[in-house]
Amino acid sequence: MAEFFDMGGYAAYIWPAYGIAAGVIACLFIWSWRGLKKAEQAEAALGKRPRRRSARVERA
Amino acid sequence: MHRFANPARFLRLSRAIQPWILAVTVPCLLAGLYLGLVESPIDYQQKDTVRIMYVHVPAAWMAMFGYSSLAIASAIGLIWKHPLADLAGKAAAPIGAGFTIIALATGSLWGKPTWGTWWVWDARLTSVVVLLFLYLGYMALWNAFEQPQRAARAASILALVGIVNLPIIKFSVDWWNTLHQPASISRIGTPAIDPAMLRPLLLMGVAYLGLFLLLLLLRMRVELAERRVMALQLARSRDGEPS
Repeated sequence: MAEFFDMGGYAAYIWPAYGIAAGVIACLFIWSWRGLKKAEQAEAALGKRPRRRSARVERA
Repeated sequence: MHRFANPARFLRLSRAIQPWILAVTVPCLLAGLYLGLVESPIDYQQKDTVRIMYVHVPAAWMAMFGYSSLAIASAIGLIWKHPLADLAGKAAAPIGAGFTIIALATGSLWGKPTWGTWWVWDARLTSVVVLLFLYLGYMALWNAFEQPQRAARAASILALVGIVNLPIIKFSVDWWNTLHQPASISRIGTPAIDPAMLRPLLLMGVAYLGLFLLLLLLRMRVELAERRVMALQLARSRDGEPS
Protein backbone atom coordinates (compact mmCIF):
# COMPACT_ATOMS: atom_id res chain seq x y z
CA MET A 1 0.00 0.00 0.00
CA ALA A 2 2.77 2.41 0.96
CA GLU A 3 4.49 1.42 -2.25
CA PHE A 4 1.38 2.40 -4.21
CA PHE A 5 1.24 5.83 -2.60
CA ASP A 6 4.96 6.33 -3.16
CA MET A 7 4.47 6.01 -6.94
CA GLY A 8 8.05 4.93 -7.53
CA GLY A 9 9.33 8.06 -5.81
CA TYR A 10 7.21 10.42 -7.94
CA ALA A 11 4.37 10.86 -5.45
CA ALA A 12 5.13 14.59 -5.17
CA TYR A 13 4.22 15.07 -8.85
CA ILE A 14 1.53 12.45 -9.49
CA TRP A 15 -0.80 13.03 -6.52
CA PRO A 16 -0.89 16.83 -6.90
CA ALA A 17 -1.72 16.35 -10.61
CA TYR A 18 -4.69 14.09 -9.74
CA GLY A 19 -5.63 16.43 -6.89
CA ILE A 20 -5.69 19.53 -9.10
CA ALA A 21 -7.80 17.77 -11.74
CA ALA A 22 -10.30 16.59 -9.12
CA GLY A 23 -10.25 19.95 -7.33
CA VAL A 24 -10.92 22.09 -10.40
CA ILE A 25 -13.77 19.85 -11.58
CA ALA A 26 -15.28 19.73 -8.08
CA CYS A 27 -15.07 23.53 -7.80
CA LEU A 28 -16.87 23.93 -11.13
CA PHE A 29 -19.69 21.66 -9.93
CA ILE A 30 -20.02 23.35 -6.52
CA TRP A 31 -19.90 26.88 -7.98
CA SER A 32 -22.51 26.02 -10.63
CA TRP A 33 -24.77 24.25 -8.16
CA ARG A 34 -24.67 27.23 -5.78
CA GLY A 35 -25.40 29.57 -8.68
CA LEU A 36 -28.43 27.50 -9.63
CA LYS A 37 -29.80 27.48 -6.07
CA LYS A 38 -29.24 31.24 -5.75
CA ALA A 39 -30.98 32.03 -9.03
CA GLU A 40 -33.90 29.72 -8.21
CA GLN A 41 -34.34 31.37 -4.82
CA ALA A 42 -34.30 34.82 -6.41
CA GLU A 43 -36.83 33.65 -8.97
CA ALA A 44 -39.12 32.23 -6.29
CA ALA A 45 -38.90 35.43 -4.27
CA LEU A 46 -39.78 37.60 -7.28
CA GLY A 47 -42.53 35.27 -8.44
CA LYS A 48 -44.31 35.17 -5.09
CA ARG A 49 -45.12 38.88 -4.95
CA PRO A 50 -48.60 39.85 -6.04
CA ARG A 51 -49.64 41.82 -9.15
CA ARG A 52 -46.97 40.21 -11.28
CA ARG A 53 -47.22 40.84 -14.96
CA SER A 54 -46.49 37.98 -17.27
CA ALA A 55 -42.82 37.20 -17.57
CA ARG A 56 -42.90 37.89 -21.27
CA VAL A 57 -40.36 40.52 -22.18
CA GLU A 58 -40.06 42.29 -25.47
CA ARG A 59 -36.64 42.43 -27.08
CA ALA A 60 -34.85 45.32 -25.43
CA MET B 1 -41.76 32.41 -30.01
CA HIS B 2 -38.91 29.94 -30.10
CA ARG B 3 -37.34 32.25 -27.59
CA PHE B 4 -39.59 30.86 -24.88
CA ALA B 5 -40.48 27.47 -26.29
CA ASN B 6 -36.88 26.35 -26.59
CA PRO B 7 -35.63 26.79 -23.02
CA ALA B 8 -38.52 24.70 -21.68
CA ARG B 9 -37.86 21.98 -24.20
CA PHE B 10 -34.14 22.19 -23.50
CA LEU B 11 -34.68 21.79 -19.75
CA ARG B 12 -36.88 18.74 -20.31
CA LEU B 13 -34.34 17.21 -22.66
CA SER B 14 -31.46 17.95 -20.32
CA ARG B 15 -33.26 16.27 -17.39
CA ALA B 16 -33.90 13.24 -19.58
CA ILE B 17 -30.32 12.73 -20.77
CA GLN B 18 -28.52 13.63 -17.53
CA PRO B 19 -28.90 10.18 -15.90
CA TRP B 20 -27.60 8.50 -19.05
CA ILE B 21 -24.48 10.65 -19.13
CA LEU B 22 -23.97 9.94 -15.44
CA ALA B 23 -24.40 6.19 -16.04
CA VAL B 24 -21.56 6.26 -18.57
CA THR B 25 -19.30 8.75 -16.77
CA VAL B 26 -19.06 7.14 -13.33
CA PRO B 27 -18.00 3.61 -14.46
CA CYS B 28 -15.54 5.06 -16.99
CA LEU B 29 -14.04 7.34 -14.35
CA LEU B 30 -13.65 4.54 -11.79
CA ALA B 31 -12.26 2.07 -14.32
CA GLY B 32 -9.97 4.72 -15.82
CA LEU B 33 -8.59 5.69 -12.41
CA TYR B 34 -8.07 2.06 -11.40
CA LEU B 35 -6.38 1.05 -14.65
CA GLY B 36 -4.38 4.28 -14.81
CA LEU B 37 -3.11 4.30 -11.22
CA VAL B 38 -2.82 0.56 -10.51
CA GLU B 39 -2.93 -1.73 -13.52
CA SER B 40 -1.16 0.21 -16.25
CA PRO B 41 2.58 -0.41 -16.67
CA ILE B 42 5.23 2.22 -15.99
CA ASP B 43 7.04 3.84 -18.89
CA TYR B 44 10.62 2.62 -19.37
CA GLN B 45 11.90 6.21 -19.45
CA GLN B 46 9.35 8.19 -17.49
CA LYS B 47 8.68 5.52 -14.83
CA ASP B 48 5.54 6.27 -12.80
CA THR B 49 5.22 9.88 -13.97
CA VAL B 50 3.54 8.57 -17.11
CA ARG B 51 0.41 8.17 -14.94
CA ILE B 52 -0.01 11.95 -15.08
CA MET B 53 -0.94 11.39 -18.72
CA TYR B 54 -4.36 10.02 -17.69
CA VAL B 55 -5.44 13.32 -16.13
CA HIS B 56 -3.42 15.60 -18.43
CA VAL B 57 -4.16 14.50 -21.99
CA PRO B 58 -7.98 14.22 -21.63
CA ALA B 59 -7.98 17.69 -20.01
CA ALA B 60 -6.20 19.08 -23.07
CA TRP B 61 -8.75 17.32 -25.30
CA MET B 62 -11.59 18.93 -23.34
CA ALA B 63 -9.90 22.33 -23.49
CA MET B 64 -9.95 22.08 -27.30
CA PHE B 65 -13.40 20.47 -27.43
CA GLY B 66 -14.75 23.21 -25.17
CA TYR B 67 -13.39 25.94 -27.40
CA SER B 68 -14.77 24.26 -30.51
CA SER B 69 -18.24 24.10 -28.88
CA LEU B 70 -17.88 27.72 -27.83
CA ALA B 71 -17.04 28.77 -31.38
CA ILE B 72 -19.88 26.73 -32.93
CA ALA B 73 -22.35 28.14 -30.40
CA SER B 74 -21.07 31.65 -31.15
CA ALA B 75 -21.51 31.15 -34.90
CA ILE B 76 -25.08 29.88 -34.44
CA GLY B 77 -25.81 32.76 -32.08
CA LEU B 78 -24.44 35.34 -34.53
CA ILE B 79 -26.01 33.95 -37.69
CA TRP B 80 -29.43 32.76 -36.50
CA LYS B 81 -29.69 34.94 -33.38
CA HIS B 82 -30.51 31.82 -31.43
CA PRO B 83 -30.59 32.90 -27.76
CA LEU B 84 -29.97 29.39 -26.43
CA ALA B 85 -26.77 29.18 -28.49
CA ASP B 86 -25.45 32.36 -26.86
CA LEU B 87 -26.22 30.89 -23.45
CA ALA B 88 -24.54 27.60 -24.40
CA GLY B 89 -21.38 29.50 -25.28
CA LYS B 90 -21.55 31.51 -22.08
CA ALA B 91 -22.06 28.28 -20.10
CA ALA B 92 -19.21 26.43 -21.83
CA ALA B 93 -16.55 29.12 -21.29
CA PRO B 94 -15.76 28.63 -17.58
CA ILE B 95 -15.78 24.86 -18.01
CA GLY B 96 -13.34 25.03 -20.92
CA ALA B 97 -11.18 27.44 -18.94
CA GLY B 98 -11.22 24.99 -16.01
CA PHE B 99 -10.03 22.10 -18.19
CA THR B 100 -7.36 24.35 -19.73
CA ILE B 101 -6.10 25.15 -16.22
CA ILE B 102 -6.02 21.40 -15.42
CA ALA B 103 -4.05 20.72 -18.62
CA LEU B 104 -1.53 23.48 -17.85
CA ALA B 105 -1.10 22.60 -14.17
CA THR B 106 -0.79 18.83 -14.64
CA GLY B 107 1.50 19.41 -17.61
CA SER B 108 3.73 21.51 -15.42
CA LEU B 109 3.80 18.76 -12.78
CA TRP B 110 4.69 16.28 -15.51
CA GLY B 111 7.32 18.53 -17.05
CA LYS B 112 9.38 18.96 -13.89
CA PRO B 113 10.42 15.29 -13.45
CA THR B 114 10.61 14.47 -17.18
CA TRP B 115 11.95 17.65 -18.81
CA GLY B 116 13.60 19.09 -15.73
CA THR B 117 11.54 22.28 -15.83
CA TRP B 118 8.09 23.40 -14.65
CA TRP B 119 7.59 25.60 -17.64
CA VAL B 120 9.04 26.43 -21.02
CA TRP B 121 7.74 28.94 -23.57
CA ASP B 122 7.56 26.47 -26.41
CA ALA B 123 4.89 26.62 -29.13
CA ARG B 124 2.52 24.04 -27.61
CA LEU B 125 2.57 25.43 -24.11
CA THR B 126 2.34 29.03 -25.25
CA SER B 127 -0.60 28.36 -27.57
CA VAL B 128 -2.47 26.67 -24.71
CA VAL B 129 -1.85 29.73 -22.51
CA VAL B 130 -3.32 31.81 -25.37
CA LEU B 131 -6.34 29.46 -25.31
CA LEU B 132 -6.82 30.15 -21.60
CA PHE B 133 -6.72 33.90 -22.26
CA LEU B 134 -9.25 33.51 -25.08
CA TYR B 135 -11.62 31.82 -22.63
CA LEU B 136 -11.02 34.55 -20.03
CA GLY B 137 -11.43 37.30 -22.63
CA TYR B 138 -14.70 35.76 -23.80
CA MET B 139 -15.99 35.67 -20.20
CA ALA B 140 -14.82 39.26 -19.58
CA LEU B 141 -16.68 40.50 -22.68
CA TRP B 142 -19.90 38.87 -21.48
CA ASN B 143 -19.58 40.90 -18.27
CA ALA B 144 -18.53 44.13 -19.99
CA PHE B 145 -21.94 45.04 -21.49
CA GLU B 146 -25.24 45.97 -19.88
CA GLN B 147 -27.33 44.49 -22.66
CA PRO B 148 -27.04 40.69 -23.02
CA GLN B 149 -27.49 40.89 -26.80
CA ARG B 150 -24.55 43.25 -27.25
CA ALA B 151 -22.41 41.22 -24.84
CA ALA B 152 -23.23 38.02 -26.75
CA ARG B 153 -22.30 39.66 -30.03
CA ALA B 154 -18.94 40.98 -28.84
CA ALA B 155 -18.02 37.74 -27.08
CA SER B 156 -19.06 35.64 -30.08
CA ILE B 157 -16.89 37.67 -32.44
CA LEU B 158 -13.90 37.16 -30.14
CA ALA B 159 -14.68 33.42 -29.99
CA LEU B 160 -14.73 33.17 -33.79
CA VAL B 161 -11.49 35.11 -34.20
CA GLY B 162 -9.87 32.86 -31.61
CA ILE B 163 -10.54 29.73 -33.70
CA VAL B 164 -7.22 30.43 -35.45
CA ASN B 165 -5.56 29.24 -32.28
CA LEU B 166 -7.01 25.70 -32.43
CA PRO B 167 -4.97 24.41 -35.41
CA ILE B 168 -1.94 26.19 -33.97
CA ILE B 169 -2.31 24.16 -30.74
CA LYS B 170 -2.93 20.94 -32.64
CA PHE B 171 -0.05 21.23 -35.09
CA SER B 172 2.38 23.24 -32.96
CA VAL B 173 4.24 20.03 -32.09
CA ASP B 174 4.74 19.29 -35.80
CA TRP B 175 5.40 22.80 -37.10
CA TRP B 176 7.93 23.84 -34.50
CA ASN B 177 10.67 22.04 -32.70
CA THR B 178 8.97 21.84 -29.32
CA LEU B 179 9.91 20.21 -26.07
CA HIS B 180 6.37 18.85 -25.96
CA GLN B 181 6.08 15.48 -27.65
CA PRO B 182 3.97 15.08 -30.82
CA ALA B 183 0.61 13.28 -30.91
CA SER B 184 0.67 9.56 -30.13
CA ILE B 185 -2.99 8.63 -30.55
CA SER B 186 -4.29 10.39 -33.63
CA ARG B 187 -1.33 9.87 -35.88
CA ILE B 188 -1.75 8.03 -39.14
CA GLY B 189 -1.59 4.27 -38.75
CA THR B 190 -1.59 2.61 -35.38
CA PRO B 191 -1.31 4.62 -32.17
CA ALA B 192 2.21 4.73 -30.77
CA ILE B 193 1.08 3.71 -27.34
CA ASP B 194 0.73 0.39 -25.54
CA PRO B 195 -2.89 -0.89 -25.30
CA ALA B 196 -2.46 -1.18 -21.52
CA MET B 197 -1.92 2.60 -21.44
CA LEU B 198 -4.35 3.44 -24.21
CA ARG B 199 -7.27 1.80 -22.38
CA PRO B 200 -7.17 3.96 -19.22
CA LEU B 201 -6.44 7.02 -21.37
CA LEU B 202 -9.55 6.51 -23.50
CA LEU B 203 -11.67 5.64 -20.43
CA MET B 204 -10.56 8.88 -18.78
CA GLY B 205 -11.29 10.69 -22.04
CA VAL B 206 -14.89 9.45 -22.02
CA ALA B 207 -15.19 10.27 -18.31
CA TYR B 208 -13.90 13.82 -18.85
CA LEU B 209 -16.30 14.28 -21.76
CA GLY B 210 -19.16 13.12 -19.54
CA LEU B 211 -18.11 15.51 -16.78
CA PHE B 212 -17.86 18.33 -19.32
CA LEU B 213 -21.38 17.63 -20.62
CA LEU B 214 -22.85 17.35 -17.10
CA LEU B 215 -21.24 20.67 -16.17
CA LEU B 216 -22.48 22.23 -19.41
CA LEU B 217 -26.10 21.16 -18.77
CA LEU B 218 -25.85 22.41 -15.18
CA ARG B 219 -24.37 25.77 -16.20
CA MET B 220 -27.01 26.22 -18.89
CA ARG B 221 -29.67 25.72 -16.23
CA VAL B 222 -27.92 28.41 -14.16
CA GLU B 223 -27.85 30.81 -17.13
CA LEU B 224 -31.51 30.17 -17.94
CA ALA B 225 -32.54 30.68 -14.31
CA GLU B 226 -30.55 33.93 -14.13
CA ARG B 227 -32.18 35.09 -17.35
CA ARG B 228 -35.65 34.38 -15.92
CA VAL B 229 -34.73 36.40 -12.82
CA MET B 230 -33.64 39.29 -15.06
CA ALA B 231 -36.90 39.09 -17.01
CA LEU B 232 -38.93 39.13 -13.79
CA GLN B 233 -36.99 42.12 -12.47
CA LEU B 234 -37.50 43.93 -15.76
CA ALA B 235 -41.24 43.23 -15.72
CA ARG B 236 -41.40 44.43 -12.15
CA SER B 237 -39.56 47.68 -12.84
CA ARG B 238 -41.91 48.32 -15.77
CA ASP B 239 -44.83 47.95 -13.38
CA GLY B 240 -43.27 50.75 -11.38
CA GLU B 241 -42.41 48.65 -8.37
CA PRO B 242 -38.99 48.81 -6.80
CA SER B 243 -37.16 45.62 -7.67
